[in-house]
Amino acid sequence: MLSHFIEEEGVPTAGISLVRPHTEIIKPPRALWVPFELGRPLGPPDDPEFQKRVLLALLKLLEAPQGPVLEDFPEDEPESDEVTVLACPVDFGRDADMSDNGDEFLAAFRREVTAMRPWYDMAVNKRQRTTVGVSGIGLEDLGDFIYAFVKGEPPENPRNDIPLASTLKFAVEDLKAYYIEGITMQPGQANASSKILQDWFWDKTVCGKVLLALRKVCEASPDEMLRMMGTFFLVPGEVARAKTE
Amino acid sequence: MRLEKVSEDERKLLLSFKCPSFGTNPWVTGPPLNKRRVAIITTAGLHGRHERPFQMGPDDNYRVIPGDVQANDLIMSHMAASFDRTGFQRDWNVVFPVDRLREMAAEGIIGSLADFHYSYNSIRAQPDAPEPIREVAGLLKKDGVNAVLLLPV
Repeated sequence: MLSHFIEEEGVPTAGISLVRPHTEIIKPPRALWVPFELGRPLGPPDDPEFQKRVLLALLKLLEAPQGPVLEDFPEDEPESDEVTVLACPVDFGRDADMSDNGDEFLAAFRREVTAMRPWYDMAVNKRQRTTVGVSGIGLEDLGDFIYAFVKGEPPENPRNDIPLASTLKFAVEDLKAYYIEGITMQPGQANASSKILQDWFWDKTVCGKVLLALRKVCEASPDEMLRMMGTFFLVPGEVARAKTE
Repeated sequence: MRLEKVSEDERKLLLSFKCPSFGTNPWVTGPPLNKRRVAIITTAGLHGRHERPFQMGPDDNYRVIPGDVQANDLIMSHMAASFDRTGFQRDWNVVFPVDRLREMAAEGIIGSLADFHYSYNSIRAQPDAPEPIREVAGLLKKDGVNAVLLLPV
């Protein structure tokens, strides 16, 4: 719907459509529906030729004689033939007892975070970028910051420009990014699909288990914003439903 | 996305979102592609590494991304947990394809890239409050932009 107003002001627009039925209702001037999952408007990462084909198809809509135009991009994201199975090479103690005071589990969590570090560092070096850093909390402190909520001892907000619940949300995204950036640098993981990465993170890592516990704690919090964060924003809905069924 | 690939719950949720429809179909033409000046508008909640994250309130509208932005400059503070971030974590062009557009400008497929691109946290513009969007449209015009690519997540 942004395009409607921008075009009204005299600037031509062309947009990617992810959810086709939404676009059919809104009828923006020019839209290219793509079959890729949410979060990937240009399709696969590290595939410049594919991305360029999507962009060209989108730009071509600007040459349509009349509209509104809604076209479908004809290619699906390529699926790798290679069977990728991600596993944590070391058992960090995902099955450690979270009850009692959880110290054993916290130790397992810390070990796993530390073990990911060389892969993360290599990823940053190789890609010359990182998406970690939204929360502003240092990598060394992220795990403990998050775990404090799980233990029912929420820390002080280290920032004064956003609420504590937002800092927590961004800390969670930072930690997830740290794991994904690192694991995709390991041998044979270059083409791991988002599904494989998601399954690995939530099913195999101690961190995934910590975040599921965090969700539960936040959902029961007297703090309204933490409660909302826990219910909607920390764990993908699909994962939360699968884990609570 | 292929709706048939997600669960029934997810599909129902997506289809329950209210979408506005408009009585008019604005349509502006422009020069051939190789004369176009292109800007990106993303709704992925991207912004500079040292900028304040997006807030949930209605007043936090957009961020400006400079045309000479580099890959390590951009981070994402979108609130939603339900879209894939692993693509962006590996390659920023999945969400913000500025490398590809720079290549296309160098090859003469498009004319040039704008001095500024814009980022929203989600689709903030409500049909009854489109003023912030109109403001951005005015800025795009001053930048000489005649092709805006809207890229959601």
